[in-house]
Amino acid sequence: MTTTDQPTTGALRTELAEHRLDHLDDLEAESIHIFREVAGEFERPVLLFSGGKDSVVMLHLAVKAFAPAPVPFALLHVDTGHNFEEVLRYRDETVERLGLRLVVASVQDYIDDGRLSERPDGTRNPLQTVPLLDAITEGRFDAVFGGGRRDEEKARAKERVFSLRDAFGAWDPRRQRPELWELYNGRHAPGEHVRVFPLSNWTELDVWRYIAREQIELPSLYYAHTREVFRRDGMWLTAGEWGGPRPGEVVETRTVRYRTVGDMSCTGAVESEARTVEAVILEVAGSRLTERGATRADDRLSEAAMEDRKKEGYF
Amino acid sequence: MSTGTEVVGLDALSEADQQLVDPAASRDLLRLATAGSVDDGKSTLVGRLLYDTKSVLADQLDAVERVSRERGLQHPDLALLTDGLRAEREQGITIDVAYRYFSTPQRSYILADTPGHVQYTRNMVTGASTAELALILVDARHGVLEQTRRHLAVTGLLGLRHVALVVNKMDLLDFDRSVFTAIVEEFTAMAGHVGVSAVTAVPISALLGDNVVTRSAHTPWYTGPTLLEHLETVDVTTDPRDEAFRMPVQYVIRPQTPEHRDYRGYAGRVTSGVISVGDTVRIQPEGSTTTVVGIDRVGRPGEPTERRQAHAPQSVVLRLADELDVARGDLISAADRPATEVKDLDATVAVLASRPLKPRAMVLVRIGTATVKGLVTDLVDTLDMTTLERGPAPSELPLNAIGGIRLRLARPVAVDDYSAARRTGSFLLIDPSDGATLAAGLVQLTGDLVDADSWLI
Repeated sequence: MTTTDQPTTGALRTELAEHRLDHLDDLEAESIHIFREVAGEFERPVLLFSGGKDSVVMLHLAVKAFAPAPVPFALLHVDTGHNFEEVLRYRDETVERLGLRLVVASVQDYIDDGRLSERPDGTRNPLQTVPLLDAITEGRFDAVFGGGRRDEEKARAKERVFSLRDAFGAWDPRRQRPELWELYNGRHAPGEHVRVFPLSNWTELDVWRYIAREQIELPSLYYAHTREVFRRDGMWLTAGEWGGPRPGEVVETRTVRYRTVGDMSCTGAVESEARTVEAVILEVAGSRLTERGATRADDRLSEAAMEDRKKEGYF
Repeated sequence: MSTGTEVVGLDALSEADQQLVDPAASRDLLRLATAGSVDDGKSTLVGRLLYDTKSVLADQLDAVERVSRERGLQHPDLALLTDGLRAEREQGITIDVAYRYFSTPQRSYILADTPGHVQYTRNMVTGASTAELALILVDARHGVLEQTRRHLAVTGLLGLRHVALVVNKMDLLDFDRSVFTAIVEEFTAMAGHVGVSAVTAVPISALLGDNVVTRSAHTPWYTGPTLLEHLETVDVTTDPRDEAFRMPVQYVIRPQTPEHRDYRGYAGRVTSGVISVGDTVRIQPEGSTTTVVGIDRVGRPGEPTERRQAHAPQSVVLRLADELDVARGDLISAADRPATEVKDLDATVAVLASRPLKPRAMVLVRIGTATVKGLVTDLVDTLDMTTLERGPAPSELPLNAIGGIRLRLARPVAVDDYSAARRTGSFLLIDPSDGATLAAGLVQLTGDLVDADSWLI
C-alpha cells in the first residue's frame, strides 16, 4: 500500500467543501451550460416537451439557464393520441404559464389521413418517429433537446450529449464524435440536425431528488392514486379507448402510480403507496426494477429494442 | 396536482433514507475514468462496483444471470452488464466511452468506462478529459505492461492528479503480497515520471469481490482501504481561490421585457477561480477592462437571484459596469491575472479521427466558446508512448498518435497553459469540410521542449 492521498480533515475540509458543488448543483450547472451552448451555436433549437418528468425537469433547467429572459426556443410534443388527459392539461398549463410556443405533431392526424397505419398491437410509441421527423423538417429545427438519460438503458450509456442525426433522423455510431472536456461540437450539414441531451449524466434518482429540492410540480399520476386498471404482460395498464382491455383481461381498482408517462397502450403503472415526492424517492431508491424494464412494454421486445428504435430516428 | 409537500414522518426513517429525501443533505460528485489492458477484468470490476453498490437493478441482473447460465458459467458474469451494442459487434467498432452511474450515501459517481483494446489512446483521452481520478487496472499475473505505461502517460498528459492502481486477479496468485508490492513499486516510480503525484494501490479480485467493496479475508497483510472506501474518501478538491478567474462567454442575455428593459448579462460557466461583485475583469482578447456590478444565478427555491460571489464550476450571469462589445467567444478574466492572448500556439494533440493530421492542414480550432480558423504550420514532435520520450517531427500524426504541433490562428484567442487551467487550456481541431472532430489539444505556453525542438526543424 503506497499512498500519498490523504483525506483532508477538519476545518480545511469544511472550508474547501464550500467551494465544491453538491452533486445536484454540479449536474444543474452542467445542464445549464449545455442549454446555453445550444442557444449560442444553433439557429433554431426546439425542446421536446411531453409533460413527463424528465421533460419537466429539462424545461425547469432551461428557464434557469436564460433567466431573467424567457426561454429562447419553442417546445415540441409528439402526441400519440393515447396520452393521458391530465398530462396534456399539465402540458398546456405549463406552456401558458411560461408564455412559450408549443408545436404539436399528432400521430392521430397521420393515421386519419393514411400516412401511418395502426399496429395490430395498438401500440403507438413506434409510430412517433415519422411525425417527429416531419415536425423537425417543417420547423427547420437544427437542434432538438430530449430528456434521455444514460442510466436508462444500455444503448443510451454510449449516447453523446450532442448526438448527430442525418436527414432521416438516423443515428450512425460511426459518425458520433468524441466529446471532451465541455467542448461540444455541433457542426452539421444542411438537413441534418443534432439531438441534445442535457440530462445525460442524471440518474432517475437524481431527477426525483431535484424535483423535491426545486419543488417542481408534476402531473398528478406520478403519485399514488386509485385507478381502473387491468393486467397485461405483467404491467397495470389503464383501461381506455386505445384498445384495452381485451376479452379475458379483468379491470380492477388498484392504488398505483406511473414512473414514466407515455403512450397509454404501453406505459404501465406500478402498484405504489407513494403519495409524496419523498415517498417516491424512497421507492425509487429501493426499487429492484429499472424504470424502463418495469413500465415500458416496447423496450422488452428484444434486448436491442432501444438501439433499433434509435437508429430509426427515435430518441 | 400533487406537489408532494406532505412530509412522511422523517424521524422514522433510517439515516441513509433521511439523507436521500432531505433536500439540504449534501453529497458530492466524483468523475472517474477507467483504463485497463485486454482481459485484465475491467468489465468485471465495473460490473462489481455497480453490483455491490446495488446500482444494478433486478431486470438487468436477471438478464445477466440468464445469459451466464446459458453459457455454462458458475458465477454471474458481471462483465455482461457493460456489454457492447449490437452495432458495435456487427460493424467491428467500439464506441469510445460508455458512462456508468453508481452512488453511495457519501458520493455519486460518474464512471467513464473506456474500452482498452482498440483505439485505447483516443478512448482514454476522451474519458479522462472530464475525470478527476483515473482507475488503472493491472493483471497481477502480468504485472506492469507497456499498455500500463501508456495509460499512465495519458493520465499524466491530461493532468489527472489522482490515480487508483487496481491490481486485479490476486486470487489467481493466492493473494501473494510480494507480487503486489513489486507491481506497486514499479508503477509508482513510473507515475512520478509522468507527473502523477497521488497513487493509491489496492489488491483485488473483481471476480470474487475481494477488496472492491468488502474487505478481503485473504489479504491480512493489506491495511489500506478497499477500492470503494478509497473512492469515498479521496479528496480531489482544488481550491478555486488559488486559481485565476476565467469565464468564457456562452450567450448574451437581453430580456428586453418591460421589467428588465436595460438588463444585459453575460452567461457562462466559471471554468476556474472565484468572482465577486466589484472585481475588475478584462475582456479578452479585445483587452478592455471593466467592473463586475452584478452576479445572477437562479438558485434553489427561496434563494436570492443576485449573488455576491460565484466560483468554478458554477453556471452564472455576469453584469458589467461598462457597455462593451462582449459576445460569445470572448473570455472574461481576472484583470490582474489575465489569460495569454496568442495568434501562434504551441500544443500537444491527440489524434481522434482516422484521417491523419498533416502539416499545412486547414482546421477549425474550438477553444472555450470561440471557434477560429487555423493552420497547422508544423508537426513538431511525436510522443513515444513506450519510452514516454518526445521523438523527432513526424510527416503526419495518425489516429491515436500524440504529438506536438504549432498552429497559426486567423485571429487572436486568450488561452492558458493546460497544466494551469484545464478548461481554458484545451481545444478541439475540427475538419471544416464535414465538421468531424479531428484532434484534442492541450495548450503549451511554457513548453520549452517544443520551443527547443523547433530550432532543429
